[in-house]
Amino acid sequence: MSGTGGKLMNLTLKVWRQKNAKDGGRFVTYEAKAISPDMSFLEMLDVVNEGLIGRGEEPIAFDHDCREGICGTCGMMINGVAHGPRRATTACQLHMRSFQDGDSITIEPWRAAAFPVLRDLVVDRGSFDRIVAAGGFVSVNTGGTPDGNALPVPKDASDQAMDAAACIGCGACVAACPNASAALFTAAKVSHLGLLPQGQPERLRRARNMVAQMDAEGFGSCTSHGECEAVCPKEISLDFIARMNRDYIWASAQGERVSKAGGEG
Amino acid sequence: MELRSNIPDGPIEKKWDKHRADIKLVNPANKRKYKVIVVGSGLAGASAAASLAELGYQVSCFCYQDSPRRAHSIAAQGGINAAKNYQNDGDSVFRLFYDTVKGGDFRAREGNVYRLAQLSVNIIDQCVAQGVPFAREYGGLLANRSFGGAQVSRTFYARGQTGQQLLLGAYQALERQIGLGKVKMHPRHEMLELVVAHGKARGIVTRNMVTGKIESHAADAVILATGGYGNVFYLSTNAKGCNTTAIWRAYKKGAAFANPCYTQIHPTCIPVSGDHQSKLTLMSESLRNDGRIWVPKKKGDARPPHQIPEDERDYYLERKYPAYGNLCPRDIASRAAKQVCDEGRGVGPGGLGVYLDFADAIKRLGETVIREKYGNLIDMYERITGENPYKVPMRIYPAIHYTMGGLWVDYNLMTTIPGLHCLGEANFSDHGANRLGASALMQGLADGYFVIPYTVGHYIASTSLEKVDTSHEAFREAEAEVSGRMKTLLGIKGKRTVDSFHRELGKIMWEYCGMARNQTGLQLALNKIPSLREEFWKNVNILGENESLNQSLEKAGRVADFLELGELTCLDALERNESCGGHFREEYQTPDGEAKRDDDKYAYVAAWEYAGPDKRPILNKEPLQFENIHLAQRSYK
Repeated sequence: MSGTGGKLMNLTLKVWRQKNAKDGGRFVTYEAKAISPDMSFLEMLDVVNEGLIGRGEEPIAFDHDCREGICGTCGMMINGVAHGPRRATTACQLHMRSFQDGDSITIEPWRAAAFPVLRDLVVDRGSFDRIVAAGGFVSVNTGGTPDGNALPVPKDASDQAMDAAACIGCGACVAACPNASAALFTAAKVSHLGLLPQGQPERLRRARNMVAQMDAEGFGSCTSHGECEAVCPKEISLDFIARMNRDYIWASAQGERVSKAGGEG
Repeated sequence: MELRSNIPDGPIEKKWDKHRADIKLVNPANKRKYKVIVVGSGLAGASAAASLAELGYQVSCFCYQDSPRRAHSIAAQGGINAAKNYQNDGDSVFRLFYDTVKGGDFRAREGNVYRLAQLSVNIIDQCVAQGVPFAREYGGLLANRSFGGAQVSRTFYARGQTGQQLLLGAYQALERQIGLGKVKMHPRHEMLELVVAHGKARGIVTRNMVTGKIESHAADAVILATGGYGNVFYLSTNAKGCNTTAIWRAYKKGAAFANPCYTQIHPTCIPVSGDHQSKLTLMSESLRNDGRIWVPKKKGDARPPHQIPEDERDYYLERKYPAYGNLCPRDIASRAAKQVCDEGRGVGPGGLGVYLDFADAIKRLGETVIREKYGNLIDMYERITGENPYKVPMRIYPAIHYTMGGLWVDYNLMTTIPGLHCLGEANFSDHGANRLGASALMQGLADGYFVIPYTVGHYIASTSLEKVDTSHEAFREAEAEVSGRMKTLLGIKGKRTVDSFHRELGKIMWEYCGMARNQTGLQLALNKIPSLREEFWKNVNILGENESLNQSLEKAGRVADFLELGELTCLDALERNESCGGHFREEYQTPDGEAKRDDDKYAYVAAWEYAGPDKRPILNKEPLQFENIHLAQRSYK
């Protein structure tokens, strides 16, 4: 219950500390004392950091911004699970009432070759942007578009597209995957646009170019473990990967007829 | 300082068309010779950067986040207004214009707002073409819902994630240009200084947030689309990183800062749960379509909500504002909540909350329909509070949400520094003293997609631009300033953390410059803030060094600027001896507690001009003229 002052907890944290991309990194143990169950996980880290600064130790670096589960900035492995124990919940929306007094919590950054660690829990996810830049769009310039109601879109298609478009690009899917595959992330964008009539003209080119970029970034292949779906804070369905694979195979079968040039639509 | 709004002559419906016909163009082959810097990658920044690159300009775009997709526009939930009149319920461009000016309590410029209403229809078309998955009816056409401050249904939405979907549309357009090599993107770069040479904005100095490197970037025009300054209150619905630094640096280089005291307090946020609170979370205003707001009639009634019988509940918005009921504008709903809590009728811990109850809507429509409409919002509430709104009413309380003030801009969205433009929440232009729901997304995208591509071209074509590159001494000076500031901050080695200063500033601002303000309180704040600022520069403790990823150092620079902006905000609030929109001065209210404007004395934009360190800034006034709308007391009764 919010603000009703549940019992305060004492926790032991094992946190990955790494000075920069070149540093080897190691676990360091901290005590987190008098933690309220109403705190979010990141607020708990704020409290630990204030204590560290007071003792002259540099605070734990972690990415975060909106703290309401939509910007996709935060992300960390909490006891080996991307974003922690609560289903469909980002680390910033995880609250300490999900833990017990005396718990020991291990906190690590996303681990993937395509997400190099920059410092402590902060990783570089620029590879996701490059996958989108390879084809995750409809090639329309600003201006000259037809009236919004000129193109009816079946409600089911729109709803399904929205299910896929809900992806926040946090990278939990990659972190959870034994192969560090970005298939769920890529499939969500391929499906969002591929389900809509606006996305049809570039559907095959998009699938091919985005998959090619995903491979080039060093992400692994999908072998259908399903770990990604299990940790996805937006519950993006594994079905979208099947859909992307269909588009990709279709594009491959079309061979050279699908131009490789992306974007100049 | 001369404030020339450059509003075109002629009837209001023709102003923008006439302006577009009159302004100068840059030849398509010449556009690639010009560089434009865009700071910020939210709705305004991403749409501007993408659109300008499509036209052929060389664009560099900067954001402090790790990806342009994360800008805080993403958190907007409810929707975007457009005067499409798809519902056949009497909407029109004029009505949206009228509602926006009235909603802003008659403190916005008519010309800008009319253009915004006109462009609203193009935005929907653009976003649909990009593949934004707006909500649809079974027939395949676009769905609409109602929002506060309007009696028509003109709000387009994508579940409770409209901002996310619109931003992803703009982000995808931006990434397309990045992929084509037309935009150079600089994520994790923070603008720390504006560079002015020969009296024109010619570039910026940034800090690479991974390596600490201080870098110069030159351009022919600079666009700031860096969002609002709500975090001056520490607790707000803004993202943790939202800051005023870019526009504050511009202010200190000569850009006027307009109406800083117009800050919006959103009525439906999750109440504070303790001292650890790091931010506040908004529950979309769209919930007020089906949720009913109430408190117990009796003071200090501690019974759980379901034990309070119907006739002992006060649905105070429906009672006080029967015409608009729960859908009255944000400033009015927020003040009404404060009033009932001040009367001792608030609910939850500390009595700082009111109920937002879905019981009637669930009875009428069924839980499934409510879940479909608001499921993700209700889930979010449950995650944060541990309470289930399908069973117990939500508790909500107002929180700082949006800032209507910002850099002063003319009709071309140019600040008082030639070449420096400002878009979206960062400028002051369209919302007057209060913004209506679903209008922020509209403004950000109108500015970025449909205004700036024309007006930047006009600036470039009509200005003689001296040859300036990063070897110019203005860049050296700005770099030295930035490096010096970093060094000073790191050298203080005091006893208090950055956050502790930020929290203290936030408390002062909320207490004396929040939902209700008065002369005594504002004067007190104007004494407290400078001494807090002085302590900050003597006693802040920032560990580590500049040459690495250092989040304390990033925060320190932002808080240092908030400590200056907070003072200007209080000064502006003190100078404005009237109540209007989000600015409520207790001395100026009607007998029934509504805001009382003083149009004879205060129908102007307050544009503050920096006068130097420790000098009182200069107040410049741009009179507001109302030729198409009759000034009236705003009534939602």
